[in-house]
Amino acid sequence: MKLDSKLPSGPLHEKWDRHKADLKLVNPANKRKHTIIVVGTGLAGASAGATLAELGYNVKSFCIQDSPRRAHSIAAQGGINAAKNYQNDGDSIWRLFYDTIKGGDYRSREANVYRLAQLSVQIIDQAVAQGVPFAREYGGLLANRSFGGAQVSRTFYARGQTGQQLLLGAYSSLLRQVDLGRVTLFSRREMLDLVVINGKARGIIVRNLVTGEIERHVADAVVLATGGYGNVYFLSTNAKNSNATAAWRCYKRGAAFANPCFTQIHPTCIPRAGHYQSKLTLMSESLRNDGRVWVPKKKGDKRHPNEIPEDERDYYLERRYPAFGNLVPRDVASRAAKAVCDEGRGVGEFGQAVYLDFADAIRRLGIDVIRDRYGNLFDMYERITGENPYEVPMRIYPAVHYTMGGLWVDYNLMSTIPGLFVLGEANFSDHGANRLGASALMQGLADGYFVIPYTIGDYIAGTELEVVSTDADAFKEAEDGVKQQIDKLLSIKGKKSVLEFHRQLGEIMWDYVGMSRNAEGLKHAIKEIRKLREEFWQNVYIPGDSRNLNKDLEFAGRVADFLELGELMAIDALHRNESCGGHFREEYQTPDGEALRDDKNFAYVAAWEYKGDGKEPELHKEPLEFEYVKPTTRSYK
Amino acid sequence: MKKMTLHLRIWRQKDANTPGKLVSYTLNDVTPEMSFLEMLDVLNEHLVAKGEEPVEFDNDCREGICGMCSLVINGIPHGPEHATATCQLHMRHFKDGDTITIEPFRAKPFPVVKDLVVDRSAFDRILAAGGYISVNAGSAPDANSIPIPKEVADEAMDAAACIGCGACVAACPNASASLFVSAKISQLALLPQGQPERKRRALRMIEQMDREGFGDCSNHAECEAVCPKEISIAHIARMRREYMKAMLC
Repeated sequence: MKLDSKLPSGPLHEKWDRHKADLKLVNPANKRKHTIIVVGTGLAGASAGATLAELGYNVKSFCIQDSPRRAHSIAAQGGINAAKNYQNDGDSIWRLFYDTIKGGDYRSREANVYRLAQLSVQIIDQAVAQGVPFAREYGGLLANRSFGGAQVSRTFYARGQTGQQLLLGAYSSLLRQVDLGRVTLFSRREMLDLVVINGKARGIIVRNLVTGEIERHVADAVVLATGGYGNVYFLSTNAKNSNATAAWRCYKRGAAFANPCFTQIHPTCIPRAGHYQSKLTLMSESLRNDGRVWVPKKKGDKRHPNEIPEDERDYYLERRYPAFGNLVPRDVASRAAKAVCDEGRGVGEFGQAVYLDFADAIRRLGIDVIRDRYGNLFDMYERITGENPYEVPMRIYPAVHYTMGGLWVDYNLMSTIPGLFVLGEANFSDHGANRLGASALMQGLADGYFVIPYTIGDYIAGTELEVVSTDADAFKEAEDGVKQQIDKLLSIKGKKSVLEFHRQLGEIMWDYVGMSRNAEGLKHAIKEIRKLREEFWQNVYIPGDSRNLNKDLEFAGRVADFLELGELMAIDALHRNESCGGHFREEYQTPDGEALRDDKNFAYVAAWEYKGDGKEPELHKEPLEFEYVKPTTRSYK
Repeated sequence: MKKMTLHLRIWRQKDANTPGKLVSYTLNDVTPEMSFLEMLDVLNEHLVAKGEEPVEFDNDCREGICGMCSLVINGIPHGPEHATATCQLHMRHFKDGDTITIEPFRAKPFPVVKDLVVDRSAFDRILAAGGYISVNAGSAPDANSIPIPKEVADEAMDAAACIGCGACVAACPNASASLFVSAKISQLALLPQGQPERKRRALRMIEQMDREGFGDCSNHAECEAVCPKEISIAHIARMRREYMKAMLC
């Protein structure tokens, strides 16, 4: 396997334009002769499906939910970044690029990130034209808010439901193409394998989740937009159905998996309440604009927060990072919360929480302003915890939220399998070792609306695509493999539920491959995961059969893949002997506990190649070169 | 931690073609902090441990935004808490010893798939009949070239907050989808971007709603009462005006 990132030459700000000028085009009359499969209907998948159909391609769009609108992008709360500089506060494409490179702790490609910053501007235009009701000022123009890791106000938002509104915009464009007959929707379908013919991605195998039928779908290219793998931790802010199966099966077909250990732990989530806990709920990072984070100065202080006087509180983010204060990036805020809880100063029933306090903001701005800005988030908090955050500080704790790692792609968003393109959170491309807030929506939509329509045309125009049907041997082989795995899972009839295996895997991952990692713990995790995986294949119990809706069977396949992916994450974390972004290795830190990067030895993308079951994956390195931004120690002080 | 005992009566139905029935279960280890769906997770763990088939129910984000969860709880879609989707309903709103009846959303255009899972793809088909603004990627003008008064943008956002769960249909004695359809028609009719296709959109979406077999609105307002996002029936009034205007001229 050879990694060719296909980065264009020329000055940074001209790369994308030059590249577009070099890309081959498909004649409009020929586009309708080509079928493209798009798997996933979140921001990346829906925008890609809609845009490719607008260009004239035949699009087949797949999702696991009952409707494309359910995709987990819908849950993004806070906002979307764009370098519009409507606030006249010094923003620019360069600054968004710089913030993103720095925020990613110098582990992403300059060319990709610069393109992302350039395209951010067009995304807002597109969304507004679709009728996305972004927040506005009284003069009728668009409003902005600040977000972590930036000193300008560049985040566009629709109350606390920005992801929902952007997704419904993309979904409406997708449905318009359904209306026009250019997109066919396949809901409640789960992709279980990729079909590769003559070295090119030519189709997928899916299971109809209602009837249990296994279906073959053929195409000229496959676009994977299936999101991240945060659910490997069992408890995360991801939706229950979010999973890595489609991406993992592509990995096993030859797509390299990049930087799997780069996971984002989001600092502001509602703490867990018990063993039965099924997921964690995020409280938007935008809350840190007005909320102040603190813990008691004294260890084990059990007083009610409102009874703890000002001088006995430690506003530790403001103390440690005076320049950015409560708006430090997510990785920094999460580690700081863990540090104070590890010291025994955490609050709440289990001492695993810190306060996010709005009392000052309410005094300063009035309760109505706070209600207008965050009303729905406050309501959500109260519904879950039974506490009123207008009166009592919120309790928050970090939780797994996003995965920066994903399938390796080149500048064209193509994986190491020709014809397999990977978009949005499913790829690794733009966020380095840590993603800044309000950048996931930006990347998903940039990939789908403005990158893939250009690059997929170049692939189709420049590739000899043989006539292939679903009768091809490769389809039969892939379908047989899928059926065998389902039969095997059902035949084990062991004693332990899928849920229990998932929970156990999650505990291993959180304890040893979570917010902070060390070599000994990672080795232990690898051993434990292998043991658990072995037990899974001998002792899992799945009720029912494969001929109708069977969620336990669906989850069993996903957990089986998580049990492999978790190991790869630990292997990657163990090999990366440095701390950067969301990857914090305890052995590599500064005397005051900040992450210590090793640019000399680790300024590369780690892309892992599958070598067969039970074999060690092979590491390939794509060196990262910084021509425009000199990597420095990331400081928010 | 305090434990509650609950008596559950749950609709079990093998598939769309097999008749279903209510089946009783008792759960002894429910805590007030659990969400309603976590309570069902616990029931399912007990069922699986006994080798029985778990109860299927749709859910995904569990944050009240994806619209995938449903359930009629003691006769009320999404249960007793105002402005709360089932996934955000917590067991602290129930008492030790309560009997809770759990059924699927019932409406002819929402056929049962299995147990508590229904098919709501009719909603996609209604939105595909014009519930959009025709704009290709790349052709949009600068976002600030169309100023929209804050009050208008806020009202459009109120309508756009619909999560497409279908509770409005399940609550309506006529199984009307008027609240769902009107939310989209209203959002796009309010905004300047929605004007060029305004009439065509209203006509086509309402025709599609009829074609799917949803009933008409007769102002019961049950939909508004159960809507987890508090979508107002004022949007239905606007939808009717839009339809009349589109028919007349």
